[in-house]
Amino acid sequence: MPDLDGERLTWMYTQMLRIREFEERVKRTFEDHPGVIRGHTHLADGAEASIVGSLAALRDGDQLLTTYRCHGYPIALGTDPKAMMAEIYGRKDGLCGGYGGSMHLVDPGRGFLGTSGIVGQGIPHACGAAYAAQIRGQGQVVLSFFGDGASKQGAFHESLNIASLWKLPIVFVMENNSYNVYTRVEQEDANAAAGEPLAVKAKAYSMPGETVDGGDPVAVHDVMSAAVERARGGDGPTFVESLVYRLSAHGNIIAPPGVPLHFPEHEAITIFGNVEEYEAAKRGDPVPRFRARLIQDGTLSAEDADRLAEEVRTEMEAAVQFGLDSPFPPAEAATDYVYA
Amino acid sequence: MARELPYIAAIGEAIHQEMERDETVLHFGQNIATHDDDPYLKAFGSDRVRVTPISETAEIGMAIGAAIAGYRPVVELYMAEFMLVAMDQVVNEANRFHYMSAGKVKVPIVLKAGYGFTAGWAGQHTGTIYGMFMGVPGLKVALPATPADAKGLMTASIRDDNPVVFFHHYLLTLEHGDVPEGEHVVPLGQANVVREGSDVTIVALGWMLGRALEAADQLASEGVSAEVIDPRTLAPLDLATILSSVEKTGRLVVADQSTRHGSAATVIAAEVASQGFSSLRGPVQLVCALDATVPYSEPMEAYLIPDAAKIVTAVQQAVGEAPVPA
Repeated sequence: MPDLDGERLTWMYTQMLRIREFEERVKRTFEDHPGVIRGHTHLADGAEASIVGSLAALRDGDQLLTTYRCHGYPIALGTDPKAMMAEIYGRKDGLCGGYGGSMHLVDPGRGFLGTSGIVGQGIPHACGAAYAAQIRGQGQVVLSFFGDGASKQGAFHESLNIASLWKLPIVFVMENNSYNVYTRVEQEDANAAAGEPLAVKAKAYSMPGETVDGGDPVAVHDVMSAAVERARGGDGPTFVESLVYRLSAHGNIIAPPGVPLHFPEHEAITIFGNVEEYEAAKRGDPVPRFRARLIQDGTLSAEDADRLAEEVRTEMEAAVQFGLDSPFPPAEAATDYVYA
Repeated sequence: MARELPYIAAIGEAIHQEMERDETVLHFGQNIATHDDDPYLKAFGSDRVRVTPISETAEIGMAIGAAIAGYRPVVELYMAEFMLVAMDQVVNEANRFHYMSAGKVKVPIVLKAGYGFTAGWAGQHTGTIYGMFMGVPGLKVALPATPADAKGLMTASIRDDNPVVFFHHYLLTLEHGDVPEGEHVVPLGQANVVREGSDVTIVALGWMLGRALEAADQLASEGVSAEVIDPRTLAPLDLATILSSVEKTGRLVVADQSTRHGSAATVIAAEVASQGFSSLRGPVQLVCALDATVPYSEPMEAYLIPDAAKIVTAVQQAVGEAPVPA
């Protein structure tokens, strides 16, 4: 597997920062600009290392499909955050013209083929893209991202079976954040309840299953690189359980019109009263953790890290402003794109 | 040149020809290509033709993913009801991606689904469920009633850039008819005026077309001239052809094997009432299945579903030759 040089490590840290700063601004929009974001928005803060470590294992031409918690991936792939923020604000200049919103970002030119807003249902789509890659025979690999909750869906089990049976060039990446909305994983998962890692599910489909610290981008990269190369070599899928902790609630509150939307505290606190669990996760925050590591091993100076953070903040402030300045799409455009 | 082919062979010919013409067309599903002598497998190889596990969600979901990635899968689903275990993929995934991405991706898939097997298959394999799909934005629904249309609509469905549910009627499987050789395309959204007439318009869906033509023959002998229209696709629906026929005849009978409130017939009746009210000289008559699960026993099954005699009665009521039941 390719070693990560200083330049690559810095790139990874930069992408983690960009995701964090983007998500911070999405979250802040609820307070700074009430009413600008509608519906339901899900943030990737806490999963940055897992996302970036995974995508760092890809090469040009590889593809991915994800869940509705989808802001992180396109940022790391190079999608313009201005277009993304404008999409989340429902504007004409949005990545998808205001048709999709927060849960449905798509950028096929960069390999980001799409999302499903319904838990688990994007997993077979990724298998289909992997089937296409297998037929095309150009060595492309597809990543399928989903959460721990999705592994209780039939779509998950049907997909892992067929992917292993057909030796599809795919890696299944379960971001296990221990919560399905506000149900804890031990309350709904037989493996978790038995004290086993969720990666044991791979055994039922005769594929390798690995659990990795999703807060460590280098560890994620190493596991993912091996899985991606295995897929590329025609040996079939791998199931990777990446342990992450989302630092925000599942999403903003679900409320009828008239109630101002906002992000509540994490469910560990609001539902389970477990302040210490959340505080521990904050202390282990992957972004400062990786910064400290890069400074310690001399990859990055503290000054460079500060400068980088300032650049990223400026970039994401500009994305917010761009989104706010972008006009709404004309109402009558609502009937475009019904049919291709 | 046309020659006689059974309905099911006409569908197969369309898939085969399109796979020859376009190497991005794939064909997979349950219980196909399980042995080396399979004609599709021999012609196109195991990359493009595959048997799948009994996993409808994965089959349809993978078709969607492969389509987004540039292919044109035709999924063999056998029974239309098998789609019900994977409804999210059909009505909440496949049909939405083009729209939600503002046209960045396309989902050209064909879901081949047999329906209406009212030959003793009892409650769970006899449904006429196309009405559930016709109002789903982004989805197209094809409903061939003849071997020629089966070929032409399958060809058009494969070439279409949208998800298409292709419903073929099990009772028509072995019915023969003239089918053009070579390329044959029936555009989606174009109704066929199968028989011209002046007194009443009968819109007949799928298997009901044959029953409607029988009824029209009998009515002709009684001096009633019936025009028979086959919409051929429910989405898009060629309302213009239906409305212009009703403008001529002033009377409408819609024959649909579905239960009344789940039928496409009610939608067609409502559209004609809404857009063609001034043409109507009397109430629209609906000939639908009775509201019950299809029973196993033959006399009960026959009692439930519409036939030529029920269409004749409805036409007689429409033209005022039979009393309208209270």
